Amino acid sequence: MNIQTTKESTAMVVTVVGRLDAVTAPEYEQKFIALISEGESRFIVDFEKLDYISSAGLRVLLATAKRVKGKSGAIVLANIGGTVKEVFDISGFGSIFPMYESVATALTAVEK
Amino acid sequence: MTKKIHTITCAAQVEKLGEIAEFVEECAECFGLDVKRAFGMQVAVEEAFVNICSYAYPEGGGDATMTASAEEDCLVLEITDKGIPFNVLLLPDPDTSKDIAEREIGGLGGYFIRRLTDNVSYRRENEENILKLVLHRTGGS
Repeated sequence: MNIQTTKESTAMVVTVVGRLDAVTAPEYEQKFIALISEGESRFIVDFEKLDYISSAGLRVLLATAKRVKGKSGAIVLANIGGTVKEVFDISGFGSIFPMYESVATALTAVEK
Repeated sequence: MTKKIHTITCAAQVEKLGEIAEFVEECAECFGLDVKRAFGMQVAVEEAFVNICSYAYPEGGGDATMTASAEEDCLVLEITDKGIPFNVLLLPDPDTSKDIAEREIGGLGGYFIRRLTDNVSYRRENEENILKLVLHRTGGS
């Protein structure tokens, strides 16, 4: 897994590439903890290049979302598709996270 | 007719997940499992393996063995460990209708194993936990 961040005016775009599984999930959580401690609280997570996610991945997604919610922030997701989407659908995570078709539409939405 | 197609034994440590994932990918490819089902099997196996690491061997130190076989139109994967008796299928389902504030962290592993396979069963045999996952080659059959 590889994580890249891009600072936009209204949110931090976090691009996750590869696998979000039991091995890589702690790294994802640490990255968010670091960003939050730097003062970031609004995130768009771009999953276009995410190949795989398991419950360990969803667990850190939820843990980080709870963390930013306490700081009046938000995490929204972009570009969830293909096989990864099924995991979101059956877990109910598809309805607890705002999801957008692209980073651009997510940015427009968080600006409001 | 049952034909053994592949087997792997590795230490039940989460860090070994890469080896397990590669094994499952090879089995799925070799068997001709469709892409969506292969993904489901990957997730189901990860959940089973991670649970073995945490619950069957709470103090670490054991192995897990996976044996894949083709049974007619199904790929059958048995995951075996010699740890303490533990049936992942008995874990309660999470409430998937709760919102972000109420949703509890965790509890999805056993649920994914059930949802992403066509059939799953647990048995305790010769002091081993054996979890059997079955997937049809293609959907809708």
